[in-house]
Amino acid sequence: MTSTLYNYAHARTGDKGDLINISVIAYDAAHYEALVREVTPKRVAEHFAYRRPAAVRRYLLPRIGAMNFVLERVLDGGVNSSLNLDMHGKALSFHLLDLPVTLHKKETTQ
Amino acid sequence: MNTFTVGCGAGFSGDRVDAPGPVVRTLIRRGGPSALMFETLAERTLATAHLARRADPDSGYEPLLELAVGPVLADCLAHGITIVGNFGAANPHGAARALVGMARRAGLAAPRIAVVTGDDLSDAQGRAIVSECIAGGLDESRFVCATVYQGAFEIAQAIRAGAQIVVTGRVADPSLALGPALAHFGWDREDWDALAGATMAGHLLECGAQVTGGYFCDPGMKDVPGLDDVGFPLAEIASDGSCVITKADGSGGLVSVRTVKEQLLYEVHDPAAYLTPDVAADITQADVHELGPDRVRLSGVRGHPRPLTLKAMVFDEGGWLAEGEISYAGRNAEARARLAMDVMRKRCGADMALRFDLIGISSIHGDDANGMLGTVSAGERRDVRLRVAGRHEDEAVVDRLLRELTALWTGGPAGGGGVRVHKRRRLSNSACYIPRERVPARFDFFQEGTPA
Repeated sequence: MTSTLYNYAHARTGDKGDLINISVIAYDAAHYEALVREVTPKRVAEHFAYRRPAAVRRYLLPRIGAMNFVLERVLDGGVNSSLNLDMHGKALSFHLLDLPVTLHKKETTQ
Repeated sequence: MNTFTVGCGAGFSGDRVDAPGPVVRTLIRRGGPSALMFETLAERTLATAHLARRADPDSGYEPLLELAVGPVLADCLAHGITIVGNFGAANPHGAARALVGMARRAGLAAPRIAVVTGDDLSDAQGRAIVSECIAGGLDESRFVCATVYQGAFEIAQAIRAGAQIVVTGRVADPSLALGPALAHFGWDREDWDALAGATMAGHLLECGAQVTGGYFCDPGMKDVPGLDDVGFPLAEIASDGSCVITKADGSGGLVSVRTVKEQLLYEVHDPAAYLTPDVAADITQADVHELGPDRVRLSGVRGHPRPLTLKAMVFDEGGWLAEGEISYAGRNAEARARLAMDVMRKRCGADMALRFDLIGISSIHGDDANGMLGTVSAGERRDVRLRVAGRHEDEAVVDRLLRELTALWTGGPAGGGGVRVHKRRRLSNSACYIPRERVPARFDFFQEGTPA
């Protein structure tokens, strides 16, 4: 079934300069593999295309059921340059959580 | 078991000043060796402190120092709880002098205060080093400050030499916890796993409430009890560097596997190489386990040799940033807000690049080009606030932007209310990396009469 990432994971944004990381942490370890399949760096780059990231990298932390995404040059120069009310990009985790994901029935009933 | 507990009293400049009290009472109640850390220096905060010190040589340290430390100073000194803080900011000796004054006014014996220096590269000698290491060199005409991130070792040395309070400027945030832990356990300088473990303990503490339910709570999905009274965290660090995260007794908030995982990855890039001046920490094999209510253990952090360079940040003056807002509500509010946006674009758009937001429709998720706003078709929303922001070298140009926004009261669409305008100096920053042997840190015991 297709749903959004929000239903399967929680997330947090951190910033350094013109770069952010967004952690994506599975609520249920049983969903982790499906989330790794669904939430690829390519899909995240497309989801954030409107901010023109220079690069999107993904790091996997299977022991804690987490992924860490690093998005480069998405803060209009960073905290000191951006005209955004949210110059840190703190709210961007909730943009990522809007990503549609499709989990198979057996994956969601595990 | 031999553990050393570090409590957190602040996670940023301006953090809640009623937070340290319950943390210190918890440390006293539980007994055992401990320290209280204050982390008050975001990237930008230090540049602001340098500007403050330029205006007043006695200022430039954490403005809330007395409000945050004053209420717990006597208890910490009486119970052997070492206070470690980067609240020295741009003027660590000024902060030390203020702490001496606070102790005197409270009728306490003068505390032994150590000041760690070596972070500030703003003088001629420091600028010369920075200009060799930074791409494009330094722009002396716009220069505000340059500081390098120092580490935990001088903090540990100072404590071993008898410091009851250690005042620093720029040090890596987790070093504020690693320093006192290192002083207690006496780890070898190359015991990478232990250094990395205690570094990640410091990383979990460094943002205060962010590991106890703050920046986390999402009603219905991630509930947190008593968020209005969220307790600040403590880390019980073991001799192998692993730790148990907990929080102040009797407080609200939550320490769970979820809160700890979120903060563990906060501001982390490559989880195999979280770099500080002290160690390269690797959390890819780390485990996070709940031991009981509000008790979560972090173990399995590995360490690798520390970087050969230290990160420095250079801040330059960057002109002015201005922003203004006006609201529209009721029938046809969205159309009126969109018309106000169009008026501002036509009157000021030629002066500078402007950012427009319609708060209530699309505001913070878009970038400064804000194509996201264009993807939302015009509707009939009944409560919309227009925000305009711009930056310019020339203060007069941003002043005009703010006058134009204010003039929407009388010359804009119907029923516009709630105008607020604001401007501030902009700072631009860049990072560079300096061979660590070029910028050694040191500590000295503060003595009255020491020139700032």
